[in-house]
Amino acid sequence: MGRIVLNGVRKAFGEVEVIPPLDLTIEDGEFVVFVGPSGCGKSTLLRLIAGLEDVTGGEISIDGRDATELPPAKRGLAMVFQSYALYPHMSVRKNIAFPMRMAGLPEGEQKRRIEAAAKALNLTDYLDRRPGQLSGGQRQRVAIGRAIVREPSAFLFDEPLSNLDAALRVGMRMEIGELHKSLATTMVYVTHDQVEAMTMADKIVVLRAGRIEQVGTPLELYRTPHNLFVAGFIGSPTMNLIGGAEAERHGARTIGVRPEHIASGSPDGAPWVGTVGLSEHLGSDTFLYVHGTGLAETVTVRADGEVPLRHGDRVGLTPNPDRIHRFDAEGSRL
Amino acid sequence: MARAVTTRRKAVNTAIAWTIGLLIFFPILWTFLTSFKTEAEAISSPPAFLFFDWTLENYGAVQERSNYFRHFMNSVVISIGSTVIGLIIAVPAAWAMAFVPGRQTRNVLMWMLSTKMLPPVGVLVPIYLIFRDFGLLDTRTGLVIVLTLINLPIIVWMLYTYFREIPGEILEAARMDGASLRNEIIHVLTPMAVPGIASTLLLNVILAWNEAFWTLNLTAANAAPLTAFIASYSSPEGLFYAKLSAASTMAIAPILIIGWFSQKQLVRGLTFGAVK
Repeated sequence: MGRIVLNGVRKAFGEVEVIPPLDLTIEDGEFVVFVGPSGCGKSTLLRLIAGLEDVTGGEISIDGRDATELPPAKRGLAMVFQSYALYPHMSVRKNIAFPMRMAGLPEGEQKRRIEAAAKALNLTDYLDRRPGQLSGGQRQRVAIGRAIVREPSAFLFDEPLSNLDAALRVGMRMEIGELHKSLATTMVYVTHDQVEAMTMADKIVVLRAGRIEQVGTPLELYRTPHNLFVAGFIGSPTMNLIGGAEAERHGARTIGVRPEHIASGSPDGAPWVGTVGLSEHLGSDTFLYVHGTGLAETVTVRADGEVPLRHGDRVGLTPNPDRIHRFDAEGSRL
Repeated sequence: MARAVTTRRKAVNTAIAWTIGLLIFFPILWTFLTSFKTEAEAISSPPAFLFFDWTLENYGAVQERSNYFRHFMNSVVISIGSTVIGLIIAVPAAWAMAFVPGRQTRNVLMWMLSTKMLPPVGVLVPIYLIFRDFGLLDTRTGLVIVLTLINLPIIVWMLYTYFREIPGEILEAARMDGASLRNEIIHVLTPMAVPGIASTLLLNVILAWNEAFWTLNLTAANAAPLTAFIASYSSPEGLFYAKLSAASTMAIAPILIIGWFSQKQLVRGLTFGAVK
């Protein structure tokens, strides 16, 4: 069981308040992703839950039990670090066994769990190697194995994939996702990569400067961002944000349209007209970066893969009127 | 990528390095050679370098006049004892400074280092009086205490720099894995810091072995280590260069041999952190 409730949790380093009082509930079995730009406090928040940092104020409860003052080991949580943080002087087997050894589990039980974890994570052939002899992906699997065998009430992941190359990252993302499905244990995952957040999360928590900007499912954040920050942060390529007269015409200070919600075509009769600056042909899609529309410096459009437009072509753009997001002067959604 | 070095330049550098090396080594070599000369040859002018009548009589004379083995054992007990006690105190201290630094950690470290800048003679009288009143004069215990205290700043500093190289996340992982502070230090930190701890140990054994100021001033006969053994051969009734050389050779030989075999470890330890 792993229901985690943060109640008015606050963190300050000296005079600097990195996390103003914050409330958040993570339900049992949920896959929650904390996402935000560097320095937004997402890792600090995870470390507060882990107990690696002391809260300055507020309460943390895990499974209905007040864990605010508990040391990390007593919280029943397991953590996977960005640097893997394996013990370099121990074999893979000993690394995985370490938490069980600290808990004083019987040898037989330790052995059984190591073998089960190794099998699940494809590490059986590497059990007697040292971490230094493994690839990045294998090391990350060892770190996950070390977390699994504790049978924690929740897993905490601190940017676990950012040290891996792109191909491996996609593979590990799927593995972690499958792990969550099979264990059905609460997972809290920190990343600055919104693609990871969108693909893995049941619930995304978008943070900026220690404050929660929005909490919701990936699609809720995509469809109805509460403010300009979330609108700009979620989605790739990022949403086009347009101010000035065009926004006022829609009764807003700023309007936002996602690249995939703009149709490209003939300049005749199109509401927006511009010149293609750069067209990126990905095969499946084409990204057009259109200049000279008078709306914003560049308007990004996601078009069909076979679109023949190239640099210097005149193009007409038509936004989908149902998919225009309107924001007020404070940046809040209208 | 290594910078290209011309053969000529390499040869010049090698020659310079050898010259400096031999210059540093020469006094030791000279002492070693003199220890095999007769007293007359030892002071002959011009001095004989290799062509003299090699003799072992000095070693016999030294052994007859004083108990080498007792001094040797004193040196061993004092240098190893002070280093081990120093490490036991310094490991937790350096842990605290490296991983849970406080506002004053830097100042404490600087203060500890500053004690090494004080001339020891400045505190000789108070320490002498304290030792006298506690009955520590001319005891191994007394020397272990004073050498522990003298080398503690260096031990703490060295360990502190090694510990700083260990990623904090690994210790945090241990904490998450349920390790108590004691288990964290025993099972994770210490094994990872073994190279650093080993070179700290070696360097401090060497420093303690060679320490002469306190060992000469606080001992008479019982606890006198090899430094006092050498000094006893520079007597006011005249110098016996050959015997002094034999005594010196016997005193420095053990530490020279240890140093020779562990030089790789020492160099690695001393440059640890500087090059990664």
